[in-house]
Amino acid sequence: MSGAAIGIGSSGASVRRSQKTQAVLIHVVLIAGGIIVMIPLAWMLSTSLKPPHQITKFPPIWIPDPFVWSNYVRAVTIFPVSFLVFVRNSMYMSLMITLGTVLSNAVVAFAFARLSFRGSRVLFIIVLSTMMLPQQVTMIPLFILFSHFGWINTYNPLIVPHFFANAYFVFLLRQFYTTIPRELDDAARIDGCGVIGLFLRILLPLSKPALGITAIFAFTWAWNEFLGPLIYLSRMETFPLAIALSFLRAAHGVLWSELMVVSFIAMLPPVLLFFVAQKHYIQGIVITGVKG
Amino acid sequence: MSAQAQSGRTPLSRFFSSSVWSRRTLRQKEELIAYLLVSPWVIGFLAFILGPMLTSLGLSFTETDLFTLEFVGFENYTKLLSFDTTRTLFWTTLYNTAYYVFLSIPLTITAGFFIATLLNQNISGQPTYRVVYYLPAVIPGIATSLLWLWLFQPEFGLINWALSLVGIEGPRWLFDRSTAKMALVLMSVWGAGSNMLIFLAGLQGIPTELYEAATIDGAGIWRRFRSITIPMISPTLFFVVVTQIIWSSQVFTNVYVMTEGKGGPANATLMMVLYLYQVAFRQYRMGYASAYAWIFFLILLVFTLLLFRSSKAWVYYETEIGGQRS
Repeated sequence: MSGAAIGIGSSGASVRRSQKTQAVLIHVVLIAGGIIVMIPLAWMLSTSLKPPHQITKFPPIWIPDPFVWSNYVRAVTIFPVSFLVFVRNSMYMSLMITLGTVLSNAVVAFAFARLSFRGSRVLFIIVLSTMMLPQQVTMIPLFILFSHFGWINTYNPLIVPHFFANAYFVFLLRQFYTTIPRELDDAARIDGCGVIGLFLRILLPLSKPALGITAIFAFTWAWNEFLGPLIYLSRMETFPLAIALSFLRAAHGVLWSELMVVSFIAMLPPVLLFFVAQKHYIQGIVITGVKG
Repeated sequence: MSAQAQSGRTPLSRFFSSSVWSRRTLRQKEELIAYLLVSPWVIGFLAFILGPMLTSLGLSFTETDLFTLEFVGFENYTKLLSFDTTRTLFWTTLYNTAYYVFLSIPLTITAGFFIATLLNQNISGQPTYRVVYYLPAVIPGIATSLLWLWLFQPEFGLINWALSLVGIEGPRWLFDRSTAKMALVLMSVWGAGSNMLIFLAGLQGIPTELYEAATIDGAGIWRRFRSITIPMISPTLFFVVVTQIIWSSQVFTNVYVMTEGKGGPANATLMMVLYLYQVAFRQYRMGYASAYAWIFFLILLVFTLLLFRSSKAWVYYETEIGGQRS
């Protein structure tokens, strides 16, 4: 609209005015949309702090009266196992997966970005095509394999595969490495750096932002992972938070305050991580088109 | 060795050949290191992708429960694809998944694209809006599912309250087989923020000179949108459509949590991956499940290939970047 108004003869003031009304209009639409997006979360917080009789009020009450903070205590003590055990399990699993993801992908992506070797093109095409593969087609043989290893009810089936690189992160990191000028490689080579030295001393320190993105994504996905833990873990002491929550839903389906409390707690780590690192986060999505 | 044997006539040729030799060994050494560095991925690919895929194909011709294994030929496939719907749930799950995918994708893409277009108008506060709209995408599926279960609650849920404000008596959503799938679709729109980010990146990559030139030529807003924005964004759109089909057809956590792993009411939300999970890990019919997984995979593969073929007709690539896209 504004662009079309720019033409011969139209006065600057009227253009500016029409641009202003347009901007206001856009803000109105965006804010309305933003409110719709945020309402469910506000409702979650509100429910988590309500006394029981206010939960089933219709029309709904938005501000709990009084704020029942003890809901939080009750919700985390409702499990037969300490809630902290689930948090610890989720943390352990997510951190190990993050470690494996960063280590393996940093190395593999470096080879694809900087080294020439026979078959590298074909291999890279295979890497990319595995992105399209639904994990369900490998799920059953992997379960059989890991159960032969005696890995059921351990975190190994969930952690170990992440130490062997992953197409998304190879792609993400390779894209990032290729933005680092090759002149730096040459300079390092002249100074007597070998391939490994080039990787450790030049590329790795320069790609901290991309490694950060990789770590954040890996952690978030691991934290949110559901199907894998559901298949491999059946003892409550081994449950990560996500599975413990689904257990709570099955056992006490209508305790809405408690369900909202634990949902809120479960979403805190990835949400906080997103807020802290949102710039990197968004950059990572833009590079790969991967959703979080 | 052979290079050294060939040389040795003049100092010049000796120098030349030795330098070639040393360069070659350096190359070879580097190549060896390169193979060593990609080996984690190669091992992972063989052990966790290719090997299991082929095993899964083999298992699909057997019936196995981890302890016994019996070869059954094509029986799993004929049973699955039988048109006698009392014998197979395949068609139900296919219909449910297709319903979900083909309703949720247009909605999430339209919503994402619309917001991205607005944000692309040099709006102040863009970072804040991006965070707000993207936030639902980082929330764990389990928390999202529990939250929406509560929102869709027929008697006290927020959604039916909102509907009652405009005089509509809300349906029973997840408890009614005619609205249960729609509830899942509506819920998926909440996560449209991830599409928005990708579209926004695509829109910001369109050179402004194109718009300026078109404006000078007298193109109006609609004309510019149709002749510049649409073709220039089509590669992004293509990418989003392909990845969305693959991801959303694997919908699992939501249905598992919201229907307590059953896919009810009356199988109305029994999605393909949920059924696969039930058959493999509740009933331990691993052979049947493998056949099912392969059919699922092949359907996705055919769909993706069709999309890639059709892309020639509607995706616009600038010639220089044509080879670079992946």
